[in-house]
Amino acid sequence: MNAYPLPRWATSFALPLLNLLSALLVAALVIFLLGEQPWQSMRILVKAAFLNAEGLGYTLFYASTLVFTGLAVAVALQAGLFNIGGEGQMYLGGLGLTLVALSFDASWSPWALIPLAMLASAVFGAAWAFLPGYLQARRGAHIVVTTIMFNFIAASLMNYIIVSHLIGPGQQSTASRQFLPSAWLPRLNQWLPELGQSPLNITLLLALAALALYALAIWRTPWGYGVRAVGLNARAAHYAGVPLSGAVIGTMMLSGALAGLGAANSEMGSGHHLTLNFTAGAGFVGIAVALMGRCHPVGILLSAILFGGLIQGGFDLSLEKPNIPPETFIFIQGLIILFCGAMENLYAPLLYRLLRGRQASAHV
Amino acid sequence: MFDDIQLSSIVVAMVRNVPVLIFAALGGLFAERSGVVDISLEGKILASAFTAASVAYASQNPWLGLLAAMAVSCLLALLHGLVSVQQQGNQLVSGMAINIAVSGLTFVLAQVFFQQGGRTPDLGGGRFAVVEFPFAEALAGVPVLGWIYTRLLGGHTPLVYLAFVLVPVVHWVVYHTRFGLRLRAVGENPHAADAAGVSVAATRYSALLLGGVLCACSGSYLSLVQSGLFLRDMSAGNGFLALAALVFGSWRPVYTALGCMMFAFFSAVQVQIEGVELPGIGKVPGSLIQMIPYVFTVVILAGFMARSVAPKAIGTPFVKSR
Repeated sequence: MNAYPLPRWATSFALPLLNLLSALLVAALVIFLLGEQPWQSMRILVKAAFLNAEGLGYTLFYASTLVFTGLAVAVALQAGLFNIGGEGQMYLGGLGLTLVALSFDASWSPWALIPLAMLASAVFGAAWAFLPGYLQARRGAHIVVTTIMFNFIAASLMNYIIVSHLIGPGQQSTASRQFLPSAWLPRLNQWLPELGQSPLNITLLLALAALALYALAIWRTPWGYGVRAVGLNARAAHYAGVPLSGAVIGTMMLSGALAGLGAANSEMGSGHHLTLNFTAGAGFVGIAVALMGRCHPVGILLSAILFGGLIQGGFDLSLEKPNIPPETFIFIQGLIILFCGAMENLYAPLLYRLLRGRQASAHV
Repeated sequence: MFDDIQLSSIVVAMVRNVPVLIFAALGGLFAERSGVVDISLEGKILASAFTAASVAYASQNPWLGLLAAMAVSCLLALLHGLVSVQQQGNQLVSGMAINIAVSGLTFVLAQVFFQQGGRTPDLGGGRFAVVEFPFAEALAGVPVLGWIYTRLLGGHTPLVYLAFVLVPVVHWVVYHTRFGLRLRAVGENPHAADAAGVSVAATRYSALLLGGVLCACSGSYLSLVQSGLFLRDMSAGNGFLALAALVFGSWRPVYTALGCMMFAFFSAVQVQIEGVELPGIGKVPGSLIQMIPYVFTVVILAGFMARSVAPKAIGTPFVKSR
């Protein structure tokens, strides 16, 4: 099958790194064409995103959301399903969370409210992913097309719900009313004052736990074994007794639940209300995170931090360099997806030839 | 009670809206019939809209804008081909990447070129002119006939007529030409086509390029006809709606065009119905009507109304068998 057998360090480190460098090289070229100095811009970006505590706090704040949306894509990919619907599932998850928060934030203590709100976000996200999963498993409707459609349906539906029902009385912006502080996630700057104003909160710890649970569930449980078998060869898995539609629907619902949980960070951790389009593309970046991380928990964490850093550093860079608006980083995200996801084996032949050449000379 | 909703203006609005979808859907039809999934329609439309608007603004000539859009859109199609055909990479991921990259890049370039918050200035003379039918003024007063002649058939830009003419042309190309036969063979069973001496790669590349040209028409229509300027993310899901129309039409040109007409009809209804009291229902929010095409597509995909059959080899890279 594999035309270029490469050692594991090559496929899991060297290739992604080469791809990332190529993407950054193209990005640098574009920044150069915009009339700015790429190297200097890169230094400003790295400094703003990683080299000071507050900036790092923001980076990790964005990364915590991306870990969840990235995991959502990764879980589905393990079963061979390409879930593009993370955006819609996260949006709906935000609705579930908001309904709980708005109903109980006056009466319940945070200890009960926050877990219940998170549960609601997971349940709503899972419910939104159930139908595409069901249609894939039972009716053969391709998951990619249905999840794209469900993204649009979610956008229209949420537009209707927010504009027609959730806007507080006398409020101008298209958002629900602010949650009361009982629904606010505790921020880490209470304990680490160096983090400054950054909204980094306990979601980061939950994200790390989710990564560990993902690794355990996929590689250390019979369920995960079944899911991976379905992803590798659905027919063989079916023959071996794995219930196919159960695996497909179950994986999709878990994927949706993870995407839904992604809503908690930005809604309860930072803005404290449900706004129109609060997802801001996090569901799509999740695809890049999962692909670049090769669905490995450590890879997902690292690429989530990378993309979080791009968002945070991009904001700061755009303040200093008006020629590089934050949208530049949407373009760079696209480049990274292109190089790390679509053309992941671009350098495999080259690397293979290099390694084989060295081995051959070693044998002489 | 229906005074506020006028069927005639809905129909005219539909005719004005539908070319964007028809061009894109027919472009996607070529790509997907050749076995390459093309969710980058959206990105190609957006890139074309931006290129067409910028060039038309600079040159004050819409035809130059259209040509430039074709060049850019074909470059994107070649990039998609490089990934899907040559690299045998994931076609969905490539499409996503193109969409996201274009969405960011068009904004940045528009901002750098024109400094107006990511849009182009009003195009003025760079827009396509309306084709005036002979005797249009004389016939305008005649009931029904006058409306059909001046509003429904007349009063459009050349691209509208091109879109409607293309439907039978594409049908003929796909079902009655040598290229069409090869296209379908490569999309259904590339190994058989390859064994018969058809170059799978060449066929897929030409299909993608044809798709690029058609997406350029779609994007140019958006900026040079409908809005008269480029706006951020102005493709607004039209590329995905075109894909939905392909599913709806089971990848057949005429039915796909009918699907486009239906979707354009719904969006025209949405504009008309916004804020109008309907008897028995009350006000129907526009965002709920916006949902209808997508719900429809899911229902059809699920096979509850009609079976949609995709090209067999769609999405699988072709590796020559030995």
